[in-house]
Amino acid sequence: MRARFGSPWLLLLPSIVLLAALFGWPLVRAVVDAFSNDQGFTLDHWRRLFDDPYFLTALRNTLLLIVIVVPIQLVLAVGMALLMQARPRFASGHFYLWCVPLAISELAAGLVWLSIFGNRGYLNSLLVWLGLSQDGVQWLNYQHTGTMLLAVAIAEIWRATSLVFVIVVAGVQMIPRDYDEAAQVFGANFWQRLRHVTLPQLGPSLQVALILRTILALQAFAVAQALTGRDFPLLVGETYEWYSNLQNPAVASAVSLVVLAISLGTAVFYLRTVRAPEGSR
Amino acid sequence: MPTSGLTRRSFLGAAGLGAVALTAACTGFATTGSGGMLFLSTQFRPADEAERFRDLLGRTAPGVSYVTIEESPFASQVRSQVGAGSTQVGLLGGLHGDIAPLADGYLQDLTGLLADLGNRGWPAAYLQLARAGTDRTWYIPWATASYVLAAHADALQHLPSGADAAALTYDQFLDWAIAARRANGNRPMLGLPAGPKGLLHRFTQGYLLPSFTGGQITTFRSDAAVTAWQYFRELWANCAQASTNYDFMQEPLGSGEVRMAWDHVVRLVHAPERDPQDWRMLPAPRGGHGLGYMAVVAGLAIPKGGTDPELAQRTISALTKPQTQIELLRSNGFFPSVDTVIPDDLPPATKLEADAVHRQQQAPGAILSLPPVGLGQREGEVSKVFKDSFRSIVLDGADIRATLDQQARVLQGILDELKVPCWAPDPVADFCRVG
Repeated sequence: MRARFGSPWLLLLPSIVLLAALFGWPLVRAVVDAFSNDQGFTLDHWRRLFDDPYFLTALRNTLLLIVIVVPIQLVLAVGMALLMQARPRFASGHFYLWCVPLAISELAAGLVWLSIFGNRGYLNSLLVWLGLSQDGVQWLNYQHTGTMLLAVAIAEIWRATSLVFVIVVAGVQMIPRDYDEAAQVFGANFWQRLRHVTLPQLGPSLQVALILRTILALQAFAVAQALTGRDFPLLVGETYEWYSNLQNPAVASAVSLVVLAISLGTAVFYLRTVRAPEGSR
Repeated sequence: MPTSGLTRRSFLGAAGLGAVALTAACTGFATTGSGGMLFLSTQFRPADEAERFRDLLGRTAPGVSYVTIEESPFASQVRSQVGAGSTQVGLLGGLHGDIAPLADGYLQDLTGLLADLGNRGWPAAYLQLARAGTDRTWYIPWATASYVLAAHADALQHLPSGADAAALTYDQFLDWAIAARRANGNRPMLGLPAGPKGLLHRFTQGYLLPSFTGGQITTFRSDAAVTAWQYFRELWANCAQASTNYDFMQEPLGSGEVRMAWDHVVRLVHAPERDPQDWRMLPAPRGGHGLGYMAVVAGLAIPKGGTDPELAQRTISALTKPQTQIELLRSNGFFPSVDTVIPDDLPPATKLEADAVHRQQQAPGAILSLPPVGLGQREGEVSKVFKDSFRSIVLDGADIRATLDQQARVLQGILDELKVPCWAPDPVADFCRVG
């Protein structure tokens, strides 16, 4: 009896200790740092943050980026996974090729896209060569928020769709073929099978992919940093800026708590909305 | 059993690719000396620069080993060693901002050494800095660097008539930028380093504001400061739009994107490499209060209880001899802190820069500014005040008066916590206050 009672906790102990040390303690520190100074409780750091000309822009940019990038990536990834499922020729070759961006560091990806979108980059060279523009377009000009957003979004989509893709492929492989074949027998066309058979079964994978991808999109900043410097601030970039360049951990903690709040909010939202319907399992 | 065209192996292979990317993280390195008296310094940290300096040191002051360290561990090392009464270091090298905060009890008084060294022609302003607000000398000025203008012949030909390129006023500078833009088919020829790693805030802190207002912090909200920012807006309208991406001006200058620029000498030095005869380096313009310029001054100091004060003093003497200073300029691009003739056989860009730095220093009515002193890790936040003011006022077109008032509150908040005296060009008061 005793062994049965004691062992689950014993087995859980390592992960509890690790979670407490690597997540719990830093979280407590961040909350303490963000709300206190030498004299005790204070809201000065938050006032400092909201007075900062970058913060609200960073919040807006981050949310915009998530709203634009995540749905596009989801659709692309599901499409790519279904293509893989159709077993084209050189399937594993395609698979590797689509996964290559996964192996490229975020900053390096930003630099690659910088060489494309830069004022004298490949894209502008191409436009000039085609005669579509005289001097090219200043994609990354600080005044053109729209084109900066476009450039960052394209770079992010290129870089991180493969993550969603890998998760969705794993999910598609888990679906037994029988359901699909049964639907075919009853004469369901491709879209009906996708809508009523495949997507419902993919629910759990999509949920994981959405949560992971949204949290990672919240963390994106190296791509924007490489492409636009400080002209297109993102929240995590602000944490980095405050912690590392400005050496003010208190305000950095405040920004990171904002990121945490948004992450929690979106995770709860996905858990409640993207549930696989009960009868489908 | 689910089947598909993919094997488990290829799936794992792709996942592995991702894992490799995640582990491709940072590396660090440490530099160690090789016996003899330790010379601890925050300068020449890149390995090749350190190696060139060790070579120079080996020839001029044998028996000294040069060890580099970052700014913040530098101060804590010296403090803890001297505080514990077991100093392991013989000689210290660093910028004014690194060394001056140690003057309160961690350094030896070098007033006697300075007298022994005789007059080597240090500018009075540097010697005053070396006293760090006291009546004694705490370090010997070692080398200097500054910020100047660089201009290519293409831009120089549009200089307004009657203007002397080597003695411009800010109004003439603006006229020049306008004329150059018009002559270039409305594409600006002037560039400024407003990128994320650019030093444009030093232009505001050390050049524009002191020239217009005579100060940096105490005059931050003055009417003259409003005029200065107004001027900056007009100047920016004649600046290449890509300036917000420029970190080191030598790159756009070298590629021909811009033809005139202001930057730190080290960040301009490669621009004239290909066609040095077409380039000029110019002192900064002058405003109503004088010619504001910022100098980065490096000094040599001896920690309290240093391991070999004799050798340390001999090393300082050797390193401040005019010929050693010229060798340092040759090997590491640091400009002499003493008055000396710059030889003609230097690389052309260095020669151009040395002349411009010298003229800037010697200009009548020059106002020396320093990078913020004594702020420690809060320095970035003070620089941020100037960067944010620039972004709001110049880039985003916000109201100047309101922005300055708001940023002044931020600045005052930081200074209130630190309780430090002002640094040049503002007068030294007990606590620095935004006017």
